[in-house]
Amino acid sequence: MKPHRIIALFTRHMYLYRRSLPRLLEVFYWPLLDLLLWGFITVYLAQFRQNLPGFITFFLGALILWDILFRSQQGISVSFLEDLWAKNLLNLFASPLSPVEYILSLMMVSIVKLIAVAGIMAALAWVFYSFNIFLIGISLIPFVLSLMIMGWAIGIITTALILRFGQEAEVLAWALGFLFMPVSAVFYPVSVLPPFLQTIAHCVPASYVFEGMRSVITTGSFPLNELLLSSGLNAIYVLIAFLFFQWNFSIVKRRGLLVRIGE
Amino acid sequence: MFEPVVEVKGLTKVFKSLKAVDNVSFNIYPGEILGLLGPNGAGKTTIIHMLLDLTTPASGAIKIFGLDLNKHRERIFKDVNFSSSYVSMPNSLTVKENLKVFARLYRVKEKEKRISELLKIFEIEAIKDKLVRHISSGHQTRLNLAKSLINNPKVLFLDEPTASLDPDIADKTRSLLKLIKKERNLSILYTSHNMKEMEEMSDRIIFLHKGRIIAAGKPEEIIRDFKRKNLEEVFLKVAREEKI
Repeated sequence: MKPHRIIALFTRHMYLYRRSLPRLLEVFYWPLLDLLLWGFITVYLAQFRQNLPGFITFFLGALILWDILFRSQQGISVSFLEDLWAKNLLNLFASPLSPVEYILSLMMVSIVKLIAVAGIMAALAWVFYSFNIFLIGISLIPFVLSLMIMGWAIGIITTALILRFGQEAEVLAWALGFLFMPVSAVFYPVSVLPPFLQTIAHCVPASYVFEGMRSVITTGSFPLNELLLSSGLNAIYVLIAFLFFQWNFSIVKRRGLLVRIGE
Repeated sequence: MFEPVVEVKGLTKVFKSLKAVDNVSFNIYPGEILGLLGPNGAGKTTIIHMLLDLTTPASGAIKIFGLDLNKHRERIFKDVNFSSSYVSMPNSLTVKENLKVFARLYRVKEKEKRISELLKIFEIEAIKDKLVRHISSGHQTRLNLAKSLINNPKVLFLDEPTASLDPDIADKTRSLLKLIKKERNLSILYTSHNMKEMEEMSDRIIFLHKGRIIAAGKPEEIIRDFKRKNLEEVFLKVAREEKI
């Protein structure tokens, strides 16, 4: 693995975002819309829920954290689509670049996108709703990292599926992340789910993050157990995602699909 | 006798029931231009894709610089490059930005100097700051060729590299490739549907039909063997399956 190749690919994406207004808007438009819509709904509902402390923190915090996961996933899958749309994949994979280096470069892109989106959303939440996400505390940082890693795992799997099934599977880049939303306990605790969905939710790292966030807000204690569980699951899923990508990459090469998708 | 830089033995590729490449073997020697010739579907591009490790062969062996492509891909591709008229560069980047990205990817020393040289050689200096989407297809082809030389490769795979160039630039490109080949002992695998170009460029030719090699040798030898006046006539004979 060579860092210069990872940085080369990262640079390619930064050149693109530096000047492309539509791409920049795509990064900021939906988070901004989410924040305005759900933020004002939350402010409105909060008037009727005086007895529920931290109502705004629950909802806006959850909204910002969910967007972190979603943007992390998109940082991988949409950046891959950029190379697909540019018909650049063959130039890349006919070079010394390895599939793992390629994915690592997309992870770097994802980190930059995520910092930008999280920063903007945190600032707007403060401006519009006087909500300071950092009030949740320093314990937020490991949970943010956990969400980012889960987003990567979903992004890598999405990318592998697009590689395998071609442009028909492009919609997964936007859809697959949302599949996990109902079982991630973003806006409600896992306990409200029916038993079979609770079982699934317990296998989803994000559910521990959101449960942990609520625990921080209500009790002020650091939910170490949730953090360990989410981190352990993430480690397994990222490993599976990398193996899944490699497996698909070899199938795609064997069937001559890489060439078809790349031209 | 020089050792071959590319050794292909018994290369076969099957797509479902179609045998796209059937037990093909050949060598490319240092400083040689080997032309791959054949009608559409003959297996030329599939062979190039297998040599670039973009498609996995069903069977057979590929060695480049004496190294097994399966085991030494990274080491081999530092000194290999390719250009195809069917592959693009990111069109939201400028000409120069694209070359910078690939210069980093191949860890080119003195990147700026190398990029300036290539911009000059391919006469695309004036458009270096233009987005690729705003340049002509001829300029895009020249950019692809510039990219293919960014790492000073020892082996170059060119799939119809002059397909969208006007006669003037196509001629300059051919002259340039011949010059680089001579100066740097560059080995080139070349495909084109322009028979005159193949005759002019190739030291040796491999003629493919339905995935198999049906003739191999110097252009004049193939023309003589097929009892035709030029490669164009040979090609037409093969394509129309008069006598294979």
